[in-house]
Amino acid sequence: MKKLMCISFWLMGCLLPALSHGAEPDAAEAAIQAGHSDSETIPKLVQQLTEKSLTKAIPVLEALAREGGETMLPLFRTMLNGDLYYVKATGRVVGQQEVDGETSYKDLLTAEPVTGLGKRDTKKIRVNNKLRGFLRDSISRIQLSSEDPAKRGAAVRSLLSDLDDSTVLAISEARENETDADVMATMDLALAMYALAEGNSDVEKMDAIEQLSGSLEQDVRNLLRQYAEMEPDHSDYNAKASAAASKALSKIQEKVEFYGFVDQLFFGLSLGSVLLLAAIGLAITFGVMGVINMAHGEMIMLGAYTTYIIQMLLPNHIDLSIWIAIPAAFIVSGLVGVAIERGVIRHLHGRPLETLLATFGISLFLQQLVRTVISPQNVPVSTPSWMSGTLDINPVLSLTLNRLYILAFALLVFFALLIILKKTNLGLNVRAVSQNRAMARAMGVRSDRVDALTFGLGSGIAGIAGVALSQLTNVGPNLGQSYIIDSFMVVVFGGVGNLWGTLVAAFSLGIANKFLEPVTGAVLASILVLVFIILFIQKRPKGLFPQKGRAAE
Amino acid sequence: MKFNKLFAGVTLALGTSMVTFTATAEDTIKVGVLHSLSGTMAISETTLKDTVLMMVEEQNKAGGLLGKKLEPVVVDPASNWPLFAEKTRELLTEKDVDVIFGCWTSVSRKSVLPVIEELNGLMFYPVQYEGEESSKNVFYTGAAPNQQAIPAVDYLMNDLDVERWVLAGTDYVYPRTTNKILEAYLKSKGVDAKDIMVNYTPFGHSDWQSIVSDIKKFGSKGKKTAVVSTINGDANVPFYKELGNQGISAEDIPVVAFSVGEEELSGIDTKPLVGHLAAWNYFQSVDTAENEQFIDTWKTFIKNEDRVTNDPMEATYIGFKMWAQAVEKAGTTDVDAVEKAMIGQEVKNLTGGVAVMNKNHHLSKPVLIGEIQDDGQFEVVWETDGVVAGDAWSDFLPGSKDLIADWTAPTECGNYNVKTKSCGGSMATAE
Amino acid sequence: MSSLISSIFANRGQPGGRVMPFVMILLVATVLASCLNLFTPEGSALHVSTYTITLLGKYLCYAMLALAVDVIWGYCGILSLGHGAFFALGGYAMGMYLMRQIGDRGVYGNPILPDFMVFLDWQELPWFWLGMDQFWFAMIMVILVPGILAYVFGFLAFRSRVTGVYLSIMTQALTYALMLAFFRNEMGFGGNNGLTDFKDILGFDLQSDTTRIVLFLITAALLSVALVTSHWIMNSRMGKVILAVRDSESRARFIGYKTETYKVWLFVYSAVIAAVAGALYVPQVGIINPGEFSPINSIEVVIWVAVGGRGTLIGAVVGALLVNYAKTRFTAILPEGWLFMLGALFVLVTLYLPKGLMGLYGQLKDKFSGPSGPSSANDRKTSDTAEGASA
Repeated sequence: MKKLMCISFWLMGCLLPALSHGAEPDAAEAAIQAGHSDSETIPKLVQQLTEKSLTKAIPVLEALAREGGETMLPLFRTMLNGDLYYVKATGRVVGQQEVDGETSYKDLLTAEPVTGLGKRDTKKIRVNNKLRGFLRDSISRIQLSSEDPAKRGAAVRSLLSDLDDSTVLAISEARENETDADVMATMDLALAMYALAEGNSDVEKMDAIEQLSGSLEQDVRNLLRQYAEMEPDHSDYNAKASAAASKALSKIQEKVEFYGFVDQLFFGLSLGSVLLLAAIGLAITFGVMGVINMAHGEMIMLGAYTTYIIQMLLPNHIDLSIWIAIPAAFIVSGLVGVAIERGVIRHLHGRPLETLLATFGISLFLQQLVRTVISPQNVPVSTPSWMSGTLDINPVLSLTLNRLYILAFALLVFFALLIILKKTNLGLNVRAVSQNRAMARAMGVRSDRVDALTFGLGSGIAGIAGVALSQLTNVGPNLGQSYIIDSFMVVVFGGVGNLWGTLVAAFSLGIANKFLEPVTGAVLASILVLVFIILFIQKRPKGLFPQKGRAAE
Repeated sequence: MKFNKLFAGVTLALGTSMVTFTATAEDTIKVGVLHSLSGTMAISETTLKDTVLMMVEEQNKAGGLLGKKLEPVVVDPASNWPLFAEKTRELLTEKDVDVIFGCWTSVSRKSVLPVIEELNGLMFYPVQYEGEESSKNVFYTGAAPNQQAIPAVDYLMNDLDVERWVLAGTDYVYPRTTNKILEAYLKSKGVDAKDIMVNYTPFGHSDWQSIVSDIKKFGSKGKKTAVVSTINGDANVPFYKELGNQGISAEDIPVVAFSVGEEELSGIDTKPLVGHLAAWNYFQSVDTAENEQFIDTWKTFIKNEDRVTNDPMEATYIGFKMWAQAVEKAGTTDVDAVEKAMIGQEVKNLTGGVAVMNKNHHLSKPVLIGEIQDDGQFEVVWETDGVVAGDAWSDFLPGSKDLIADWTAPTECGNYNVKTKSCGGSMATAE
Repeated sequence: MSSLISSIFANRGQPGGRVMPFVMILLVATVLASCLNLFTPEGSALHVSTYTITLLGKYLCYAMLALAVDVIWGYCGILSLGHGAFFALGGYAMGMYLMRQIGDRGVYGNPILPDFMVFLDWQELPWFWLGMDQFWFAMIMVILVPGILAYVFGFLAFRSRVTGVYLSIMTQALTYALMLAFFRNEMGFGGNNGLTDFKDILGFDLQSDTTRIVLFLITAALLSVALVTSHWIMNSRMGKVILAVRDSESRARFIGYKTETYKVWLFVYSAVIAAVAGALYVPQVGIINPGEFSPINSIEVVIWVAVGGRGTLIGAVVGALLVNYAKTRFTAILPEGWLFMLGALFVLVTLYLPKGLMGLYGQLKDKFSGPSGPSSANDRKTSDTAEGASA
């Protein structure tokens, strides 16, 4: 990669003079070619970004990095994020910012705000993959001297994959003044890698291998593997180094396998949390009330659409939108649920199979409603910035943040629901009505009201699930359909009317699925899980945790 | 009993309405539109229905065809494959349409095929597909694998120096065939079998954690890796989101997709996708006069400034224009005459250059590769020199490498075997 | 005419209602439609187009499937949400036969392998395709495969007394699992594209009008046979036990009946009807693909039965014909409004027509002839306990 880039610079260098149509070579051109500069160079170079086509921007940036050093960071970052614009009339390069819905511009070199510009006055400076890769590398190099140790560490790590003489020189210079122990360790790693790859003496290499043997870095493993698998006729071959490398490698491999297992477990838990969220509302409407709610998926869908609408209304508070969407979705889906209960299900008491037909009709109706009112197309829902990214535990184990949040959220919803059912008056009434309606009524429980509230609660929780799912998958009219069968499986497998059963079922199905998947492939894994549930239900017709006592009848 | 009479009346009324005909007006040319307006495929196909309606309106504004007005006949096959066959029969025999624009999925086309051949209809199919087909009654205006997949792989191999390949797709015929072709192609270019990873997932797959983590591992072996994605519609959003979340950026492992266009991107938060690639014959961002006019017409027609245009729309546009020209040339809407007149028709591409209808009923079109931008548009990073002729039968599949399609005399065959010099497939003996 | 109709709607107290007059109407109507298709010139006011015939043929297959669901749901209280699976399996068996009949007329001209296997580079025919080129063998498979599946599933489920909602959801899981399996290309059933491009059946060209008419008539005939057989079963001693199981399974068991055995065999019988319907459906519509396994399809069948009136054999058939006819009409007239109507129909039927259209007659009669007589009160009770038992 590095080499390629050098070659392309060289090519560009050759081509550029030819392309400048004989214009007088100014200071900027000179800077690109020879590296000499004056105070005018940087603005002129920046100016060139607006003129050159994408493929020719790299030499300009190269020169900028050399000339400007750290002062170029805001420009590079803005460009990397695709927020670099130029004013159509004057050609002035500006960075675009969006704060509270207001688009503002500022000059990146002087940090002065530029006012009086509308969206139509500016044109975007486009970037492509090559440019992004280059910008990211340059930023890393510049950041070696950053204030923040975390940034320095990340910079060194990102440089591990292409260590060349100049990079290593920069790293070893930075090493001198480094104070942070972690960053120092990473820098040592980089130097050891370089020593192993380029070192001359055996001792040097053996030392390097020794130093590398504890690391989980992918680049380290690749380098060691190179040594371990080296053929004896290779010019660099060294029997001792090779043996040491393969030993180090197998030690690392053990660790990697362990973390791989942890990773898979996390995937399983994460899938389980999605299943739990999807099923938990159904555990109420189906499990407690006995209504086969085929419109449950559509309640999830409504929750997801609520998130979309909230984000539409508050386009500049994406980070906040989720917190508003959660209660909003609960209310929207809950109200629709109450309406369904009052309008339809109330009339079908004691006829669970008929609730299936009616709610299936409602589900078709709601889907078509969304298609007609909003759009048959999927709609975009953005992920708040605090939910994107990963929690890096070590180089081979990083947990995605959104999944972590959703896992925590699912558990939170579960326990909140449990408390509602076990500790509140409403919960008491719900349990009373579901166990013995006639008796509960005789004791003065207003069963009609309780039914409506229970159904509303179940639907509302489905709506909350929709908010979470909108962060993972498509938001479209068919969203609910893809979760309805899984939800039923979870509830039935766990045992109808038992929330703990739903929890255990969701997580065990999620984990089983994820551990089967690498062996059998995704499709076969889901088929096997389904077949397992079918057979399991034959063995224990009431699920994992059957209801005991009178409620069972 | 009065209810008996009521029931008898209802039964009779229903019975007679079954047999009634829709009176056909003789003074219009009927254009059938066979795109799903409900069900899972409605997401994609509704747009194409609107495109055909727009083209009909434009044509009528320009005076119609052969002095007659065009009349669109829209039916809804509801993403139900047997219903596609049934509706085709309805269009051809009950509504007497002169041409059909329709279908998206391969299975819907396969379902329509026997009917349209039996009744000698004429259909334009506007979507990129797996090839391995050429029917006398169908014109394929979308890309064949050699007009999308192979150029994309060439680009990755030559311009991005990709050495390791993940072929990820949804488990159906288009990805299966495309990946078979790509595997054979990559191997012919000297790529080792262990540098190719093939993965299939079901429709609408939403939990990509394990697969993305596998891709990450596969891509961390020190060689530049790319994903060639034939993942179908709905499964894409969670796939890209997972890529973004696991920290795989387009610089590390670029994904080139064949089913992700502007329309799909409009339903996605594009942030995690920026920099990933797509290969098509058309991008909305291409700056030509024709394209600008097309986009304007579309936005006016659909009365929505935010609607985008995409490749299958261009394919519909080209197909419609060619059909209109062929009808003018033949002087009739008779299927056999129009079919003859179609071959060699030329229409200006919206992206520049000229599309030509070849003897195998496929188009010659340019191939473009674009990078996804955060506004949901594509920035063209590469395009073929000139046009690529669509190949009905892939040269990289053992079953079809000897087959060609040529609908002109004297061959007049959709699966002519050049080895045995016979029409009817690779295994058949010469008659 | 009207007395004939009233005789169908009357006598609802008896299981199955009066089936014979209905079968007669059905047969006369199909023969009439066939003659009008074959012997009147196109363009004549009386001509029935081939399009209409294929449409009617499809409806009749659906009617047969609805009958299968009705037999176990209406009469035995087992709500199967997976009957589409048996229908599709029957269809696939027939499809495999038709596929083998193509022989070397496929696009690749391979005499043994179907096209989809050739371009996916399969070398030889998988074992389960062997013998499917023989019509008799394929027909045995049409019955045997779904029959055995139904037996095994029913045996396991009914023996361990999985009932009511649980059973419904398990049947749904069954058809869902089969759908996923058939979508897999490795299975060797053509994946998502399924089986299509059929040429002929027993040497008769599938595209000729005569073959279509014959298939149509065979469908009508087999539907009639299924109606008559079901009617006979329901009126037999076995039928009485089945009704007893529906109304109170534990009571029937205490009396000494092996209720599981009755349920299993009725389930198998129903599955076989569904499979035959599927086998007749495939040559008429020309394609079978895993979409037929989709759980939604199976639920739709239940809706047809509910609309027509469950627990009456005729109701299932009428429901299937009416809903599908409405579907054809309204998807053409109001493509966007159709799902609204369908959704509303389900809700309204369950709320206001618990016995479907066949019950409407009784409901209206009751309403107009004063307070409900003893017979209808009895009916209400029966249906309530049926639900209660399955809940």
